[in-house]
Amino acid sequence: MAKSPGTLEQLRDQYGPHLNYTPDGGWSREPRTKPDRLVKTHCCFCGQQCGIQLKVRENHIIGFEPWEDFPFNRGMLCPKGVKRYLQSNHQDRLLDPLLRTDRGFVKSSWEEAMSFTARRLREVQDRYGKDSVAVYGGASLTTEKSYLMGKFARVALGTRHIDYNGRLCMVSAGVAYKLAFDVDRSPIPWSEIPKAQVIFAIGANVGECAPITTDYIWRCRDNGGKLIVADPRMTPISRNADLFLPLRPGTDLALLNAMLHVVLRDNLQDDTFIEQHTSGFEAVKASVERFDPRMAAEMTGVPPEAIEKAAHMFARADRAIAMHARGLEHQSKGVENCSALINLTLATGHLGREGCGCTMITGQGNGQGGREHGQKCDQLPGQRSLLDPKAREHVAGVWGISPDELPQPGYSAQEIMNAIHAGEIKALFSICFNPAVSLPNADFTREALEKLEFFAVTDFFLSETARYADVVLAGSLQEEEEGVTCSAEGRVIHIQRAVEPPANARRDSEIICDLARRLGKGKFFPFETPREIFEELREASRGGHADYYGITYEKIDTQMGVFWPCPGLDHPGTPHLMQDGISFYPDGKCRFQLAKWRESGDPVDATFPIYLTTGRVVSQYLSGTQTRRIGGLVDIYPEPRVEIHPRMAEQHGIVDRDWVTITTRRSEITLQASVVRTIRPDTVFIPYHWADRKSANMLTHRTLDPRSKIPEFKVSACSIRKADGAPSWATAEQLVKIDSPGAVK
Amino acid sequence: MYGYEFYVDPSRCIGCQSCVKACEECDTHRGHSMINFDFVDRAETIATAAYVCWHCEDPTCAQVCPADAIKKGEDGVVMSALKPRCIACENCVLACPFGIPKIIPEYEQMMKCDMCYDRTSVGKKPMCATVCPSQALAYLRPEEIAARRETPSNVFYFGAQKIITQVYMMTASGSDSVTLDIADFMWEKANV
Repeated sequence: MAKSPGTLEQLRDQYGPHLNYTPDGGWSREPRTKPDRLVKTHCCFCGQQCGIQLKVRENHIIGFEPWEDFPFNRGMLCPKGVKRYLQSNHQDRLLDPLLRTDRGFVKSSWEEAMSFTARRLREVQDRYGKDSVAVYGGASLTTEKSYLMGKFARVALGTRHIDYNGRLCMVSAGVAYKLAFDVDRSPIPWSEIPKAQVIFAIGANVGECAPITTDYIWRCRDNGGKLIVADPRMTPISRNADLFLPLRPGTDLALLNAMLHVVLRDNLQDDTFIEQHTSGFEAVKASVERFDPRMAAEMTGVPPEAIEKAAHMFARADRAIAMHARGLEHQSKGVENCSALINLTLATGHLGREGCGCTMITGQGNGQGGREHGQKCDQLPGQRSLLDPKAREHVAGVWGISPDELPQPGYSAQEIMNAIHAGEIKALFSICFNPAVSLPNADFTREALEKLEFFAVTDFFLSETARYADVVLAGSLQEEEEGVTCSAEGRVIHIQRAVEPPANARRDSEIICDLARRLGKGKFFPFETPREIFEELREASRGGHADYYGITYEKIDTQMGVFWPCPGLDHPGTPHLMQDGISFYPDGKCRFQLAKWRESGDPVDATFPIYLTTGRVVSQYLSGTQTRRIGGLVDIYPEPRVEIHPRMAEQHGIVDRDWVTITTRRSEITLQASVVRTIRPDTVFIPYHWADRKSANMLTHRTLDPRSKIPEFKVSACSIRKADGAPSWATAEQLVKIDSPGAVK
Repeated sequence: MYGYEFYVDPSRCIGCQSCVKACEECDTHRGHSMINFDFVDRAETIATAAYVCWHCEDPTCAQVCPADAIKKGEDGVVMSALKPRCIACENCVLACPFGIPKIIPEYEQMMKCDMCYDRTSVGKKPMCATVCPSQALAYLRPEEIAARRETPSNVFYFGAQKIITQVYMMTASGSDSVTLDIADFMWEKANV
């Protein structure tokens, strides 16, 4: 079946990743300074969605210019934004569809590739039923494409099973905010951050994963604000923390419940807010009774005095903001963790006022917009529930089908892979998702992909996942199709088409609509342009919580973005949700949620006594499909390293840059050590952007949060030993031991 | 740009190297960055520092140049060595107390930060200070920098040598020690 064609070396020779260092035409080409035009658009990478101007000449992107008028980032960019233009005109770019043959991948015509794809999808569904085909989408797609994927799965294929890689991002926060407020969006725009007196950042490596947010936090400090950081590692923002809480991986819940315990013990809660704006307080109050700071200190490894101080700082401030990211969310109790943070926010009345709130820092480019309009396994456009009869009726009406034809909720991303492994799902259509790198337990993922009877991938580069495909459809980059995305702060912004797809590559939405036509559902996919998709999306979202009805491309351009909900054409949008503490529930109350302690799905024991946590580095993005192809970014942090505290290093006879083997209950990998005093001595950290034997996800486990279905990337149990030697993939450069412990280059 | 000054604040630096990468993009550098970037001591701390040329009032690099190749403009910006004059002798590299000048072997020329002459001369901010996500490198009006908690200074002492610079260093106040070991903040039953 879908075994990788050819050896890894052959595939890498042909499809990369190769490194692109220089702009199209080289550095000295005169026209580089004289582009035909500057296109005001946004970065293709993370959820900050910074404004940027792309320099375009003759259908090539030749550089960038900061966009200082865009209010979110005011010209600021991280290195990924600076170098993002180098993904265009890249030698690895897929320019034609590819078909798997005995000789490896061969180029094909679109007609051949598309008719083959449609035929195989139909064959599998005819033989095994509608739900034997699953669809994977992605959170780097524009909202139009995300919407289209949801409709494609449910109308063109009629399958229950569509989910997306945003499942690996902030879904725990999404569930918790839905439970508390009945809406899944950051309650505040980032402009509130500098107004807070206390910022509490937990499980959020802001400096590396949301770099622009750093400036908002520094400006808060300029205004006299204090910063509390809780993390198993000292990340860059911790250098200016007024209070640093080095918590043990997976113990956030104990810390947050203990902080609430202290708030209530010392009578620092906001009784008026609790009385007027919330429900469920008494049960939560009782549940945190046992989390006294001494007991929490044993669980978290944070001193009781520090827990008390954090609680006092947060509660005594008139204005405070709690912010969190994947550290809190990537756990098998990710929803409980976020609920505990919301409980703390509600109990202290830090909601619905200036400089107050709790906020998730959504990580993926369109992590927010990509989850609002039907790409999630349980949701319909407008952030509506697929189980809600009224929602089904509304969306089915917009789509011109009967509500009965709409499938019921299906499996989430990891559950789809589990079902493929179990033989229940036989075919997969995937776009913008690289599960071979990004899902936990990579060996399991590989086994599953090899079992597929049919696998179609749409992508612009041959990702590690696409190696397993029967057909690869050469799709488009972000800068090749117009659309909207929604940033971490809930601002809907306009992505411009700066260039056309090169050679025979096609725009993603054309591929999807073409395929729908070939599946006999063309009348539901009459779209010629993204604008037409957006017009339908506006109607489909109308009346939902994520109401886009009043948003137009023109309004976005005029206002520099529109915050949803925006229910009418004359409505300006809603930057600050829940002003005056009124939630989206019919009664307007915010709901306290019980946040019960649960052990990790991969607990430490005598054999695996060390905590493994994974995350990102500033120069790479997600599974690295794009950023591992950009030379200037790869140079900053070329290979994954294992961060180890000197105390652990000494115990195991390890010095900086030694090769070490990390073993978990799944597998083992061998990487170079980075011995640093900035990580807890009971924890190791590995960034996850790399593939194959360098993949941190060889080690992670498939335990999911039961509600959000997020994998527990942030907590695994492992052991460590000095490796016998370098792994076979080590480069000559790595084999030379460089005696400069200060330099991580 | 009239009314703007360049400020460097290492305490805000998050080590992302956006400045380094953006500087490479300049058409006159052709892939070479003129930013000085350091992991202060990665084994001990996450602290990083990025800085540009300080553009001294009386530049040491120019003083020691045997070819008289290093010039300061009327606006106080100290330029890269003049290509026809530079002999790539590295006197400037050795003499600069801040470690700024670099010899680019392929050009046989000393190149350094020129404060983005091509940008500032047409009313744009220098590239590094425009993109810097933490505004550790910032190009601002004095009244804007006054809103910060740190204070600017442009007087440096290197032994007996006093140097006044055009670029300002933001100096912290109030802290007399820095704790670098995460373990010092931890609560542990038994040490690992």
